[in-house]
Parts: sequence; structure tokens; C-alpha cells
Amino acid sequence: MSDSNGRLSVFKTYKLYVGGKFPRSESGRVYEVNDAKGNWLANAPLSSRKDARDAVVAARKAFGGWAGATAYLRGQILYRVAEMLEGRREQFVREVAEAEGLSKAKAGAVVDAAIDRWVWYAGWTDKIAQIVGGGNPVAGPFFNLSSPEPTGVVTVVAPQDSSFLGLVSVLAPVIATGNTAVVIASEDRPLPALSLAEVLATSDVPGGVVNILSGKTAEIATPLAAHQDVNAIDLAGADAQLAKELEIAAADNLKRVLRPQPVDWSADPGTSRLTPFLETKTVWHPTGSLGSGGSSY
Amino acid sequence: MPPVPKSDKLAKAARAQKALKADKADKADKKVKSVKTEQAPAEAPFADVTASDATLRRFLHGLPGVDTVGLEARAAALGTRSIKTTAKAYAIDLAISMIDLTTLEGADTAGKVRALGAKAVHPDPTDRGTPTTAAVCVYPDMVATAKAAVAGSGVKVASVATAFPAGRAALGVKLADTKDAVAAGADEIDMVIDRGAFLSGNYMKVYEEIRAVKEACGDARLKVIFETGELSTYDNIRRASWIGMIAGADFIKTSTGKVGVNATPANTLLMLEAVRDFRAQTGVQVGVKPAGGIRSTKDAIKFLVLVNETAGPDWLDNHWFRFGASSLLNDLLMQRQKLATGRYSGPDYVTVD
Repeated sequence: MSDSNGRLSVFKTYKLYVGGKFPRSESGRVYEVNDAKGNWLANAPLSSRKDARDAVVAARKAFGGWAGATAYLRGQILYRVAEMLEGRREQFVREVAEAEGLSKAKAGAVVDAAIDRWVWYAGWTDKIAQIVGGGNPVAGPFFNLSSPEPTGVVTVVAPQDSSFLGLVSVLAPVIATGNTAVVIASEDRPLPALSLAEVLATSDVPGGVVNILSGKTAEIATPLAAHQDVNAIDLAGADAQLAKELEIAAADNLKRVLRPQPVDWSADPGTSRLTPFLETKTVWHPTGSLGSGGSSY
Repeated sequence: MPPVPKSDKLAKAARAQKALKADKADKADKKVKSVKTEQAPAEAPFADVTASDATLRRFLHGLPGVDTVGLEARAAALGTRSIKTTAKAYAIDLAISMIDLTTLEGADTAGKVRALGAKAVHPDPTDRGTPTTAAVCVYPDMVATAKAAVAGSGVKVASVATAFPAGRAALGVKLADTKDAVAAGADEIDMVIDRGAFLSGNYMKVYEEIRAVKEACGDARLKVIFETGELSTYDNIRRASWIGMIAGADFIKTSTGKVGVNATPANTLLMLEAVRDFRAQTGVQVGVKPAGGIRSTKDAIKFLVLVNETAGPDWLDNHWFRFGASSLLNDLLMQRQKLATGRYSGPDYVTVD
């Protein structure tokens, strides 16, 4: 095929994002992605459960480094993601407009809101400890300190309708607190998510911290919900029936589950999505006071 | 000698894919065999070969050269077999039963060795149907502890000896090391050859050292480690294999696990060809043990395919084939749990070692 100016058109091959690399699906399958009017846009990889397994391995491998990084550094890296998004704004506006059937102006507003949301969560990385941790008064000569720690590998079932703002709103809080994520992109609108992978790959986010899979939500989510090495699952994009099945499967190793709930993605997100995937570590430390008999220094 | 499985599921699964097998390397192997048969008559095996340094050298340098490209292509081709469902379950259990569960660290404690022994006896405490590993492999001073930890279970205790892993000690020290391990109750001894002597062409020294250690072993089975990563060429690996087998090794083993390059499919394939040819020529069966660097179930199954297709199903038994590994067992157990439950398992559900 060629354009009117005689150039061959260059089609983009959308790929998965696993462990910092861009593989095709292990199964070799793809499926057709259409725009809101039903016109063909591109082929996206149709992930299998083995892709999901590989993504968990990558996320687990990345967890130590990401959780161990300072909150300040995580904030810097997430802010860098926002910078990169800003540079590729036009591409995302086009993809969001096509996927969700929005006008260019409305899609632009959605992308701006999504970039602002990255910045919002980037700011929270080194502040969340102040609002959910702190010193506890105890009846004894101890400092008693609680601090939030990331849960581990989190499966994120991204919202089906809001392919970009919704995705950012569920993904950013998960990684901001130090978790690593396996994201299942919107089934019918996966392209903005797959393009986001390219941004993540070029903005200092270590490989494996975010892994993005496209395909049939139920097919990928089921083995992930039952996977013994996944610590939590966010069911934002699962319908009621699927959410119930996944929650049952997730009970087997006591995964933390965030149930789907009606959300206005454009509203102020608050901290409600930051806290579900945190554990609290409490440390008792002697104050050093030996009582009346001890030294006074 | 335990009963040798003549036919099994892995063999069947492998046979089902014979189409993959058509390979020039195979033909090349047959040529190798016939050449060797002419070199030494079947009766009085190798007495003439080991008569002097010169005859041994002539024999070893008379071995056919290894076709590097063919060998690696063959090893890679055999790694592409797809082993699934019941054949995979069989292969996983077989691989578990072939593991020499190893801890060879300066930081080994009696507690760690006891924990390893417990794991060897019951690899998966949640499923008592899991086979035991073949052996635990420890340093000589830990043999008594290991022996007590696996008492009554049928799990053997293997001990490295002869100044493992470098092998740089006087013969007297090496023999004392060996005798000490045997006296402490080791069922198997893993010795290292003198790579320095081998590489400088002093084959007779290597040969005589193996003979002496074999004598010191008494009833214990002797595994001879060549440290293939230090031998530089495939030709050297073939020569080392023959020295080991002629000197009376019960097992030939790739490596110590302490150098950069350990067991690879290609060097294991080469050693499997050597034991196959040796049995064809002398009737004596020698075992093979790849060690180091085998970490996943997928890798282990590839090695089992190599065994079945090269040496044959007679070697698909832990009396004749072993894996020297520690982390491999956890991956095998996770895969085993996946097959049993249908859900992916995680490292939280196996022991940390």
C-alpha cells in the first residue's frame, strides 16, 4: 500500500511489554482491534496464560529492586514518565480519540488529565508513609513505628471503557508505592496501553516493574488470579460475573483483592487507590531509657 | 544394578517425534563408534593403551575429532522436543529422583546439611508421593551429618573429595581426603581430575590418580569431574571422558559448579556419546552427571531427552544418570504442583536453600 505521495505506509506492530522487552505473544496469536465505529485499526497480540506466567516471573524479579528503591527515586522516575507522555501527547490523543470515539478536543482533555495524574501519583511516593504510617503511642519504653510496605506483585485488570485515563489511574498508584504490576489492558481498546509501554521503556522505569498484556481479559485474568506468586489483584476492569470468579480463585493464597466499583476517572482520585496494596510493618525499638537507675544522657 | 526400564513414557513421547531426528550428526556418531572398535579389541580392554605414557597419548589423540558445529546443532535440535502432560509428569518425577542435592559452600553448617537431608527425603512435604532425590552431595567433613540426616530413606550420601574444587594438592592429601569421606560413610565420591596435568599433556598422571582414588573408594561409587569449562575444547572433553572410563570411573561428571561454564547440553551430549561407545566396546556401563547451571525444569527435560536419544533408555535411571543441582529441585517441585493443581505455584511454596 502506498500513500498519495508515493511512500510505502509503515504499519505499527503492537507488542506486549514483559520484563522490559517487547515480545509477541508466546502463542503467536493476534486479534483485530477496531475503533469506536468498527473500522480496523491494528492487530494486537492475543496473550495466552503462558505470557501471563512469564509476566509474573518478570514482575517478581523486578520487585526487590523497585520496592527497595527510595521513595524519592520512584517519584523522580514516575515524574519522568509524565515528561515522556507530554512529548508524545499527539500520538496518545489520536489513539484515545480512535479507541473511545471522542473528538480531538475531548481526547486531548483526557490525555492531559492522564498526564496530570502521573504527576499527582509521582508526588505521593514519598508522602504516603506520612499519612498511613507514623509513630504509635505504646505503654512501655519503646518507639513504636509503623511504615507502609508494598504488597508485592499486583495484577491490574485495567478498566474496559477508559482505555488511557482509567489505565493510568489504576496503574500509577500500584507502582508508586513500590509494587510491581502485571496489567491486563482493556480488551477492545488495548492500543493506548501498548503505546504506554513504549513510554515506560524509555523513562527509567526498570524492566519488569510494569508488564502489559493485551487479549481476552477472562483468559489472562483467570490464571493470574489463581497464581500463587501474585500477591494482589485489582479487579477494576472485570464485569460482575468475572470479578466473582476471580475473587474466588484469588482466595486460595489470600490475595488482596480490590473489587470493581463505579468510578468517575476525571474526579480527584484521593489516596483510595494507593492504600489497598500496602502492608504495614511495625517496629518496636527500645527508647534506651533504663528508668530511674540509668544514666541521664 | 537396579532394573533397567526398557520402555517408558519419555521414550514413547520421544519416539512419537522421530521425524525431528533425521540428523547428520547421528550418522557421524556411528562412524565414530566403528573407528574405535577397530582401534582396540574387545577382550583385554585397554591394557595396551595404558602400558605407557606414549601409548595412552597415542590412543587419546587417535580418538576422532569432535565436529563442533554438528555437536552443538544436535544438542540444540534435541532441545526443541515438546514434552507435555503425562510424559512431562513422568520426566519431572524422573528428574527429581536423579538429583544429587548439593551444598558445597564454605558457609555450610551442620544445620544446613540436616535441612538439605530432610529435603532430599521429602522434597515436597505437602505431597508424600514425591520421589526422593538420588543423593545429597556435601564436603567430606559433613558426610557423617548428612548420613544421619538421610538414614533409612534410601537416599545416598555423595561427598566431593581430592581437594575439590581446584584439585591442587599432593596425591597423598587427595587419597586421605577420599578415605576420610569413605570412612565417614559416603556412598559415592566425586573427585576432580588434575586439569593442570591434563592440559599440559601429562595424561598418565591423570589416569594414575583416578586409579589410585578408585582404589581408595572401596565400595563407594566414583564420579570423576572433568571441569569441562576449563578443558577448552570438545576434543579435550572426549579425551578426558575416555581417560576417566578406562581408569574405572563409575560416573563421569561435567563440572564442579564453581567455574563460569558448567554443564551445557553440548558437552553432556559428548559425554553421553562416550559412555555409549564405551559400553558398546567393553560392555561396561558408566553413568553421566551434568552439574552446575541446570536451574529449570525445561533444562532438565532437555537433558533427559539427550540421554534417551544418545545413550538410550538404559541410562534413564538414577543409577546411571544424575543432576548435580540445588535450585533445580525447587523449580521441578513448582512444576509438579502446577501439574497437580492446575494453578501456577510460586517460590513461597518451596523451601529457601
